[in-house]
Amino acid sequence: MGKKVGIEVSIAAAEAVGLCDVDVVAAYPITPQTHIVEHLSELVANGRLDAEFVPVESEHSAMSVCCGSAAAGARTFTSTAAQGLALMAEIVYIAASMRLPILMLVANRALSAPLSIWNDHSDAMMVRDSGWIQIFCENGQDVYDHIFHAYRVGEDPRVSLPVMVNMDGFILTHVIEPVEFWTKEMVGSYLPRFRPLNTLHPDKVVTMGAFGMPEIYAEQKMAHDQALKNSMPVLLEGWDELAKLTGRKYEPVELYRTEGAETLLLAMGSLCETASLAVDQMREAGRKVGLVKLRLWRPFPLAEVRKALSGAKDLVVLDRSISVGAANAPVTSEISAAMYHEPQRPRIHCMIAGIGGRDVTPEDITNMVDLSLKGTEQECHIYGVRG
Amino acid sequence: MIEMRFHGRGGQGAVTSAELVAQAAIDTGKYATAFPSFGPERRGAPVVAFARVADEPIRVRAKVYSPDVVIVLDPTLVQIANPAQGLKSDGVLVINSSHDADTLRRDLGYQGKIALVDASRIAREVIGLPITNTTMVGALVKATNMLSLESLEGPFNRRFGKIAPRNLAAMKRAWEEATVIG
Repeated sequence: MGKKVGIEVSIAAAEAVGLCDVDVVAAYPITPQTHIVEHLSELVANGRLDAEFVPVESEHSAMSVCCGSAAAGARTFTSTAAQGLALMAEIVYIAASMRLPILMLVANRALSAPLSIWNDHSDAMMVRDSGWIQIFCENGQDVYDHIFHAYRVGEDPRVSLPVMVNMDGFILTHVIEPVEFWTKEMVGSYLPRFRPLNTLHPDKVVTMGAFGMPEIYAEQKMAHDQALKNSMPVLLEGWDELAKLTGRKYEPVELYRTEGAETLLLAMGSLCETASLAVDQMREAGRKVGLVKLRLWRPFPLAEVRKALSGAKDLVVLDRSISVGAANAPVTSEISAAMYHEPQRPRIHCMIAGIGGRDVTPEDITNMVDLSLKGTEQECHIYGVRG
Repeated sequence: MIEMRFHGRGGQGAVTSAELVAQAAIDTGKYATAFPSFGPERRGAPVVAFARVADEPIRVRAKVYSPDVVIVLDPTLVQIANPAQGLKSDGVLVINSSHDADTLRRDLGYQGKIALVDASRIAREVIGLPITNTTMVGALVKATNMLSLESLEGPFNRRFGKIAPRNLAAMKRAWEEATVIG
């Protein structure tokens, strides 16, 4: 077992990327991702990591370099946030459709305008439909462990897809906390070498990213959709093996004190930790409240979500982004659609909270439960907003 | 769980103070978190950083609103930052000041426990710069008994390398000179 160190989560994440012995890092600095790529550039500059660090002129170029390097068979890393992901978006779709395994760490941050450097999930939601595997992390250990998991799953020939690991900007990126490091031996036993099915090579010519006529485009999309859904057993296998190695068990949907719960909270990312405290406080007060943590966002764990939610009377979804003009925020919409055909389903309440870096305390979460239970179904609230 | 809020000015190292305390706690087997007040800080502007230390994993990801300990790195913040805000009645205010406790209590509107040290003078004398972040850790250790002085040696050495000894010396001077009142 590796040792536990008090370290900034960004630096721990960069150290994990270094332990994966990546070949290419292409990134453009943007708050709050900066410390991750700065540390990686130091690792390369001081010879601790034998990789090509490409200091690109934009995020669009960063993802373009990543596509080229992954297509050539190199283990590839990038990281960005908010406006950077927006500028990158064109190539984000292409990376997934071309089935190129790339790891991107997104330091989740609100999209402008107004200009905000602070956390929410609007950047991740913007590329929700791009066909990447998308995982949301609760704490620093979770981020660190998922660097290894993401490479193992994404590069698996049964999957061959890029993976986006989401870590809340500032709330995780800039926090010093205990992280248990992996040893080189642990990484070696968990993460095999990247052996892609096809690579760009002059001796064995293949075409990647070809023109798609109307006769083939829909089939291509179906194949991509199936590939993403079929990554589930490999994701589970990766989490099982990780548990054997570290004792930490991750799942697509994780339950916290849900036994006998009449009201469930559902959250993603670091909000889950704070919500678990609110659940403890409400349980102590005799209230039947539990928490469902949605770790895996894509592929959407439909069966697991249905199983977790069907027994509750009320469900309060904590959405950390807003879909302007929509009936509900993105996670609530997805959950509502998943539950619509279930014979037994909870009343679903949408609470948009913590957008643009607004702080969320355990007391806020209890308030959101109270407000939801007083209100009617299908109403979407922005919690704490001033009129 | 002990919750702390650090007040400083951009460039004085309030965030570093919080980080060193958290790292010392983690090194000694406790759980801890430290984080800045998440803003685009400018040199000289008032800044805030937070730390939590506990015997069990820390789950709360919100800012600290009712600290057990407030650490004030810069004496000029008494007038503008309202550092005693939210401080628990049985908490302690650890402050860098050359004033006496009664004057400070009046200026702060705060009646509770105070740990007082002239950290600017110590830092100038020992480090050669009026940067008080490491010095103030000594006063914090004396005021709370939460950590030992020795537990800071590892984090200081990792962070400061060659200049660690001077910073450790300043921390020890502050631990010796700090007076805890009330």
